[in-house]
Amino acid sequence: MKSILRQLSTPVIAAVLAMLVGGIVAAAIGYNPLQVYGSLLSGAFGNAYNLGNTLAIATPLILIGLGIAVAFRAGLFNIGAEGQYWVAVMCAAWTGYHFTTLPGWLHIILCLLVAMVAGGLWAGIIPGLAKTYRGAHEVITTMMMSYIGILLCKYMIEEGPMRKPGSMPESEAVAQNTWLPVLSPSSPQLTIGLFIAIAAVIVVWFILFHTTIGFQLRTVGLNPRAARYAGIRVTWYTILALGLSGMLAGLAGGVQLLAMDHRLAEGFNTGYGYTGIVVSLLARNNPFGVIVSAIFFAALSTGGQNMQQVTNIPASLTDVLTGLIIFFVAAERLLPQVIQWYRRRTSRVRTSTAGEGPKSA
Amino acid sequence: MTKFLEVINLVKHFPGVKANDGVNLTVHAGEVHSILGENGAGKSTLMKLIYGLYQPDSGEIRLDGKPVHFSSPRDAIRAGIGMVHQHFMLIPALTVTDNIVLGDEPGGIRYHRSEAEARVRALSEQYRLHVDPTARVEQLSVGLQQRVEILKALYRKAKLLILDEPTALLTPQETEELFAVVKHLKEQGIPVVFISHKLDEVRAIADTITVMRAGKTVQTLPIGDATPQQLANLMVGREVVLRIDKQPANPSGVVLNVENLHVVNSARQEKVRGVSMQVRAGEIFGLAGIDGNGQTELVDAIAGLLPVAGGRIHFQDQDITHLSTAERTARGIAYVPQDRQLDGLVLDFTLTENAILRDFHKHPFSKFGVMFSQPAKAYAEKLIHLFDVRPKDITRKAGDLSGGNQQKVILAREVSREPQLLIAVQPTRGLDVGAIEGIHRQLLRLRDEGKAILLVSLELDEILSLSDRIGVLHGGRLVGVVPGETATREQLGLMMTGMSQEQATKEGTTS
Repeated sequence: MKSILRQLSTPVIAAVLAMLVGGIVAAAIGYNPLQVYGSLLSGAFGNAYNLGNTLAIATPLILIGLGIAVAFRAGLFNIGAEGQYWVAVMCAAWTGYHFTTLPGWLHIILCLLVAMVAGGLWAGIIPGLAKTYRGAHEVITTMMMSYIGILLCKYMIEEGPMRKPGSMPESEAVAQNTWLPVLSPSSPQLTIGLFIAIAAVIVVWFILFHTTIGFQLRTVGLNPRAARYAGIRVTWYTILALGLSGMLAGLAGGVQLLAMDHRLAEGFNTGYGYTGIVVSLLARNNPFGVIVSAIFFAALSTGGQNMQQVTNIPASLTDVLTGLIIFFVAAERLLPQVIQWYRRRTSRVRTSTAGEGPKSA
Repeated sequence: MTKFLEVINLVKHFPGVKANDGVNLTVHAGEVHSILGENGAGKSTLMKLIYGLYQPDSGEIRLDGKPVHFSSPRDAIRAGIGMVHQHFMLIPALTVTDNIVLGDEPGGIRYHRSEAEARVRALSEQYRLHVDPTARVEQLSVGLQQRVEILKALYRKAKLLILDEPTALLTPQETEELFAVVKHLKEQGIPVVFISHKLDEVRAIADTITVMRAGKTVQTLPIGDATPQQLANLMVGREVVLRIDKQPANPSGVVLNVENLHVVNSARQEKVRGVSMQVRAGEIFGLAGIDGNGQTELVDAIAGLLPVAGGRIHFQDQDITHLSTAERTARGIAYVPQDRQLDGLVLDFTLTENAILRDFHKHPFSKFGVMFSQPAKAYAEKLIHLFDVRPKDITRKAGDLSGGNQQKVILAREVSREPQLLIAVQPTRGLDVGAIEGIHRQLLRLRDEGKAILLVSLELDEILSLSDRIGVLHGGRLVGVVPGETATREQLGLMMTGMSQEQATKEGTTS
């Protein structure tokens, strides 16, 4: 219990500090911080429609953040989730407007599986193999593969074979019966995709902490030399971790395709792959933490739009908040050092005045 | 004799630990004063308090009779205290002179290198610490690097020198040379505080001994009054068996057979050049040698962590030359690696997770890839009780434990796997007398149960007291194999420098 509290303390302190500093920033540029946060909160959670919106945006963030957390657990930085997501959407969309004779549920499963395989291969094959056999750093390779993937998708719908006849650069829509069911008519954005994401969290948690695969993955992440000594095939688990990470980014793409966009189109939602990194960072790579952290960032996004409409405060203030959170989470190691420095300073003051009076200890 | 340094009732608490709890120490001018104690007894804390790295909670430090307060090592150095840490603080790419004068260079903005060299040369003449001032530190042996550290302190006009476990990394010959240096410093009027947990060394060099235990100074006594047994008992706080009685070995069949083995390390240097040796069931085969002469690569190759460049390895009559680490582990090779923190443990894992690190995929810890926490916890509980790991809390992370307890965890895990061959590299490095005794007993117990043991150690005493046969490595070659009963320190020391067995035996007896 104590350790759970300790794990929670850093991200919570980081978020609170960021909100505080964000409030000061808002006040400094002439807005009432209470009004800012009030409109942010009501925009994110104020009614069923807004809440549904927030959870709908949280869904892909949960899945991507989860994937990045898996890679982090194995000591790897998967920076290219955005590209894995896009490639998965492309493959799932193609599957979605073919095979239309399949029953809906089977077609959904097929689309999601294709998305996962596509994302997994995009992350696992080239970055994974390049890392294990040539020592190429995965930060570079996943990022480069990400750009390749995004541009490949653009080509496919602009000039490539997936372009639908017509003026808009977009693909055919996926079959109607693959659209994910909406949970409640009052929040039309929210589908059963949220449950898929939560199920994925539970599965990943189980794999990480209750299977030999997870044990080996975490060992490799914490101490690759000890992993080798323990007889673990470090190279294989490096590829596997990147593959799993890409699979989850791919699943995010698949769910998003079937839930919201239904086709591959220009301006298909972007940025989830990058926000996912922050989600995982704030969750400290804890699968369940990812849910909370994803909802938090989704709320910043939906609440920010509302804030702009209601109070004329630029939504980009939420970007300032995001930046501050990243700073304070990353400053985790800084905080103990600041405390230590302060203690040393006071102890020095104390020793130099020792003998002049009773100590205040 | 005048009191040079006095420590009066010093107390230093860390959260949950009384690291120093009423420490009293008096170092007189012109003496070698040894601080003897187990790991965790508070020796290092005391030295850090004297050196200004920590500030005491209460108590007083006096230098030449005057109370002093050091808020940083800079103050301590200015007051004339020099310290040589166990791990050297040198910059390998710079020359000896540069390292010595660094931060206190002669000249103003322009660095007068020639003047600095002249000063260093004069200093090394005066204290008979011979070392080439123009050599790069990375080209020096460990013993010479230590001299540079001592010169560094003397250059800063140290009036008292603290040596923290100075012999830990030295060969026997280098240790002798260090002792000569220390004696000469004493004659020049510089008192030396010599921290150690090795009884023989302390008795060879010290004038006065202060024994520490559990954060307290237990007793200070002149060297003439102290017997090794008495000192060991004072350190541990109970009766200790110093010389382990061992039954004669009863070796049977060959368990490990290495034939003409060549191993190339990751930097593509050939570190093992044609080693052939055999380890039999029921014997301890000791492998001696100066650090870096191929020991690590040889055992890594046997354990499957490094590929074999040439030759063959047979284990229980089967060729394992190209088997994976996991397969070798499964066949009964246990391995206590040299670096417990880097290889032997995952420091961020709990003791439970570390206990099953090599067997997580086996029944009862897992089935069809699903892991079960209850059997693992029960197993970890059993191990930490059997081997007296402290604290007795399996939810603790391995990184929270002291070095000795970390080593116990590794040894417990490897020994409990019921191996046919145990490879133990430096199994007692940095451990205290009590812990060493326990680990040596375990090794002998395994031997008497008929297991084969390959012991690699830089400590000749350890090799001599445990091994039934001793092989000496030099430059990646096996110089010779001598019976444990007749081997002498001198003979082994000479063989470690590459001298042949016959010649070393001759030299060893004539000198």
